[in-house]
Amino acid sequence: MKRSIGERLFGGANAILMTGLIIVTLYPLLHVLNASLSDSGQLMAHRGLLLFPKGITMESYKLVLSNPNILSGYRNTIFIVVVGTALNLLFTILGAYTLSRKSFMLRNPIMLAIVFTMFFNGGIIPSYLLINNTLHMGNSLWALIVPGLISSYNLIIMRTSFAEISESLLESARIDGAGEMLILWRIVVPLSMPVIAVMILFYGVGHWNSWFSAILYIRDRNLFPLQLVLREILIQNSTDSMTTGATAMDKEAIGESVKYATVMVATLPILFIYPFLQKYFVKGVMIGAIKE
Amino acid sequence: MKELSHKFSLLWLNYKKNKAIYWMALPVVLYFLVFKYLPMYGAIIAFKDYSVGKGIWGSDWVGLQHFRDFFQSYYFWRILKNTLLLSFYQLLFGFPAPILLALLLNELRHEIFKRTVQTISYIPHFISIVVICGMIVDFSSRDGLFNTIIGYFGGQSSALLSDPANFRTIYTASSIWQELGFSSIIYLAALSGINPELYDAANVDGASRLRQVWHITLPGIIPMIMILLILRIGGLMEIGFEKIILLYNPNVYDTADVISTFVYRKGISESAEFSYTTAVGLFQSVINFALLIGANRLSKVISNTKLF
Repeated sequence: MKRSIGERLFGGANAILMTGLIIVTLYPLLHVLNASLSDSGQLMAHRGLLLFPKGITMESYKLVLSNPNILSGYRNTIFIVVVGTALNLLFTILGAYTLSRKSFMLRNPIMLAIVFTMFFNGGIIPSYLLINNTLHMGNSLWALIVPGLISSYNLIIMRTSFAEISESLLESARIDGAGEMLILWRIVVPLSMPVIAVMILFYGVGHWNSWFSAILYIRDRNLFPLQLVLREILIQNSTDSMTTGATAMDKEAIGESVKYATVMVATLPILFIYPFLQKYFVKGVMIGAIKE
Repeated sequence: MKELSHKFSLLWLNYKKNKAIYWMALPVVLYFLVFKYLPMYGAIIAFKDYSVGKGIWGSDWVGLQHFRDFFQSYYFWRILKNTLLLSFYQLLFGFPAPILLALLLNELRHEIFKRTVQTISYIPHFISIVVICGMIVDFSSRDGLFNTIIGYFGGQSSALLSDPANFRTIYTASSIWQELGFSSIIYLAALSGINPELYDAANVDGASRLRQVWHITLPGIIPMIMILLILRIGGLMEIGFEKIILLYNPNVYDTADVISTFVYRKGISESAEFSYTTAVGLFQSVINFALLIGANRLSKVISNTKLF
């Protein structure tokens, strides 16, 4: 099959465009990485693109990692991610399994009721009043975990995937006397590891990155998750907690590189896990898309 | 009546046969009842003069008063305009972009290059919005990256985030940067679902690649596009306010303040006008829902695709 000149030109232009995309996507991250490794004074004086660190130093990282707010932020976020994701999985798996069983008479009405909540909700104020005042979950990490226990979107993806499992396999297990719980946890779940991996990724990253619920419900500073600490530092510009004992000029200089180091410290875990789970989530999204 | 009791006995039989399933489903159903449906019921305070002391039932009924107050308020047109404009820009630029990317990626012949581009393009989606906004705030400062680039093109440097005129651009452009790659996955999935025989037949008939894209590829993903478009339109009024809260400041309220941020400020962060803000939130949800139904109908007529 010969390609015409036009098609070859297009192919070349496309390749250039895609390369441009890679650059635009990666450059901000590179900039942050370089800035985090740079000496603050030189950084402040620098103008323009930052293709390499200026005066490589780990000073900023040292400051960041010894900041008690960052450490407690990390601790809180890890708790939320681990406990939260585990509970997410438990509830989503239960929901996906029961709603995929054709023998369950209520499955369609319940599914409809769930989908409806994706399009219409009471608003943030009634939810806030419920969680803070009625359920008294305010100012505790549970307020960040329980309200988001099941994502309807994820539930649908998992249900679609569970529905694909061969019924005869499960039927023969039932004949052998296996109860539903056993079938779910011993047969269905092991067979669905790719989807579950996707769920871990989606829920996990969701918890890691979440900050708004914390703003709504958490008053106690040492319950702040990492993103909230980040927000203080990055957007409200208060690197004060890290720079006690420095002069005003020093403070501003220290601030520059420290901000970037903070960003790196908060984002590196995700960037590390990403390559491992990448192949799973592409598949997961596709399952959700095609079989809808 | 007989119909109903017949249904109930069917249900009872189903329960007896599938006890385990019913109990397993219970926690899930409870979750949705408590955390999704209870707040919907709680939205009734939009029609009352809610006071925490009196509770929902004890508070006085005021009917549509809050809605009237809202529509007549000083800020109504501003936040409505901002909500619609921001959503519209997002839709106009942000919706086609992933589709375009998917189509272009589909044309790449070098498999490894294609996968590299894809993998890299997904990364921004996983970065937290706080970090992204932190980067934006930093790059938008007087001597930040954006101003440097503006300088290369001969422009003047300025505090970008303090000028209302820049807000929509910064908001939309950064949203595209973050979501372009990840959003394209679903279109790539749809593209891979197109029957390759169609392309073979087209090649035999001597159709150029361009014609093939126009006649085979695009029609192949129209259903997916329409469904996602409907979903987008149904969320028009709820325009991602977490990002706005992180990026905005009183200087740019003129273009940045939207319904959700207004509700947040007046209901939680600055004052506690619960009833009023619930009414505003309800207004938003109802419009969203109406838009969703409307978009669905329109799509049914135009492209024979519907969500429900």
